[in-house]
Amino acid sequence: MARSITYREAVNEALTQEMERDETVIVLGEDNAGGAGSPGEQDAWGGVLGVTKGLYHKFPGRVLDTPISESAFIGAAIGAATAGLRPVAELMFVDFMGVCFDQIYNQAAKFRYMFGGKAVTPVVIRTMYGAGLRAAAQHSQCLYPLFTHIPGLKVVLPATPYDAKGLMIQAIRDDDPVIFFEHKALYDLAGPVPEESYALPFGEANVVREGGDVTIVTLGRMVHTSLEAAGQLAGDGVQCEVIDLRTTSPLDEDTVLESVAGTGRLVVVDEAHPRCSIATDISALVAQKAFGDLRAPVEMVTAPHTPVPFSTALEDLYIPDAQRIVNAVKAVAGWTR
Amino acid sequence: MDPVTDQRIIPVTMPKWGLSMQLGKITSWIAAEGDEIAVGDDLADIETEKIAGTLEAAEAGPLRRIIAQMGEDVPVGGTIALIAPAEVGDDDLDTAEREARAVIDAGVPADAGPAEVLTVEAGGRKISYAGAGSDGDVVLLIHGYGGDRNSWLFLQEPLAARYRVYALDLPGHGTSGKDVGDGSIGALADAVVAVLDAVGAGQAHLVGHSLGGAVALAVTAREPRRIASLTLIAPAGFGPEINAGYLRGFADAQTRRELKPVLGQLFADENLVTRQVVDDLLAYKRLDGVAEALHTLLGTLLDGDVQRAEGAASVAALGGAVPMTAVWGSADRIIPAAQAQAVDGAVVRLIEEAGHMAHMERPAEVQAAIEETIARAG
Repeated sequence: MARSITYREAVNEALTQEMERDETVIVLGEDNAGGAGSPGEQDAWGGVLGVTKGLYHKFPGRVLDTPISESAFIGAAIGAATAGLRPVAELMFVDFMGVCFDQIYNQAAKFRYMFGGKAVTPVVIRTMYGAGLRAAAQHSQCLYPLFTHIPGLKVVLPATPYDAKGLMIQAIRDDDPVIFFEHKALYDLAGPVPEESYALPFGEANVVREGGDVTIVTLGRMVHTSLEAAGQLAGDGVQCEVIDLRTTSPLDEDTVLESVAGTGRLVVVDEAHPRCSIATDISALVAQKAFGDLRAPVEMVTAPHTPVPFSTALEDLYIPDAQRIVNAVKAVAGWTR
Repeated sequence: MDPVTDQRIIPVTMPKWGLSMQLGKITSWIAAEGDEIAVGDDLADIETEKIAGTLEAAEAGPLRRIIAQMGEDVPVGGTIALIAPAEVGDDDLDTAEREARAVIDAGVPADAGPAEVLTVEAGGRKISYAGAGSDGDVVLLIHGYGGDRNSWLFLQEPLAARYRVYALDLPGHGTSGKDVGDGSIGALADAVVAVLDAVGAGQAHLVGHSLGGAVALAVTAREPRRIASLTLIAPAGFGPEINAGYLRGFADAQTRRELKPVLGQLFADENLVTRQVVDDLLAYKRLDGVAEALHTLLGTLLDGDVQRAEGAASVAALGGAVPMTAVWGSADRIIPAAQAQAVDGAVVRLIEEAGHMAHMERPAEVQAAIEETIARAG
């Protein structure tokens, strides 16, 4: 039995092992090195939530602090990637990504295509996302649909410590720009993780629970909420198959379609807003390619189309919970024309 | 066991399949209350975190009570049913059932941790192994190509009732170092000898499956006095025929879709290839260094599409000094069971309704063959 470590430790271990394996891997961002040598601080802070803690002293010169200018250091990371390094940039909250869009979607995402495959951009941008930490509208969004929309980017959302390590290692070894989404509420989640290095391929969804009645397609933190709902539903005699997409670009269409072929019923659970989202994308995919398999309309369980509220009571209502998933599953399971 | 319990009541207990198993769930009862049970009858389907299997009866008699219900989690060793002759009264059965129910309801004891995994260095490689049982002769279990020490999950604990039973991860497998060097049988045999040294075994009985059978034979050839008996389960190296498509398919498979049909060839009953089995193997195959190790070992097993067959010569060199049994599933689709005849001087045990993984499909019969071989060593 593999030992158990947290999601935060799993990301850290992936970075450590890849930095040991490949000296072109560097880490940069805000407060990654900060704190070292200041009163009461033996180590660097390792980023705002301590994910890169321990790397600064282990890899001298390869963990860099940057000014509070996302547009500058994301641009620097992309440039370094084109020049032969494998930078892992930490952009604290995905909400701040807006100021570096040109570097990301007009430069990094285009180089391989525009230079006829002669240029690669092996950069990883790590970023936190998601509601639940009382951090309000500008620090709580789920912006992965924006990046999934851009050809040339790979978009990764691990839900477990095992996936966090394997997907991070793949992200670093991948020659394309990868946006790596870490949910703040998952950092302390513990689970079995091998000590050895391993890479999980992109574009392979994970069937985290098997069942024959209703397919739940989900991702990120919502994998756990969906499993909670599936557990409750099993008690009522409804067996859910729960699929964790793991990456939204590339997207594993086959696993979704194969499952719906068996169940004929689909609920998509997504913490992001409901328009132009992964939930609408999966719904459209199934409507287009598996229409004949469907025995009920597709249901979506998402956050509402509003900013994330600062009010704690409203934020709790905003995030999809197990009860809403149970209701949606029961609606499709009991649907009649 | 409570001393007042009637000795004629035979408890059917939750088996321990694998050293990490703590709980099992009854997914369905095959036998019913009132059935007359014979040894080897299928009693119930049981599912663990890792695997689904069928519990076979170890004792005969009327099945009087079913205690664990379908869907219920039962700690390893907990009584799930009672076998007792007709003359045992209902009052006594009620008492035994209450005691068993209390154990099930108490759940897994807090101190029941998974078995410790030990390591030893062999030729600069870390070799992992785990032991069970504290008395008796040493038995060392050696898995096959792409397997690991958990391949013995149905056998290690049952054998541990009478022996000190170790299972190792060969180089390139499980949690052992992934560097296999030249991948030769000799390099793999070094790891086995290192484990025998580490556990202080002056003498040991070896059980080897497939590639592990060839390794066991190589260890025996090297130290014939140290090896008291040899049980070879579908061993590699006894004839030119081998399913090269399976071997290459296993080494090359990158995804669940590619791996699952390949794994099906290992078993007579392909339903044993659950999603968990496929996922666990994929997780192994994705560890750094495993792909290289598996491809190197292909060259050890294969010469083109033909099996390298050095087994018969090794057996001849031993000159009958070591008691030997060849166990083979009659439905083996990886190495044909007919090759059992080439294991000169060995007792041959063919197992019906079993494929290449006879020790997983028909563990009770394989256990009996191993114990019978050990007994012949005196």
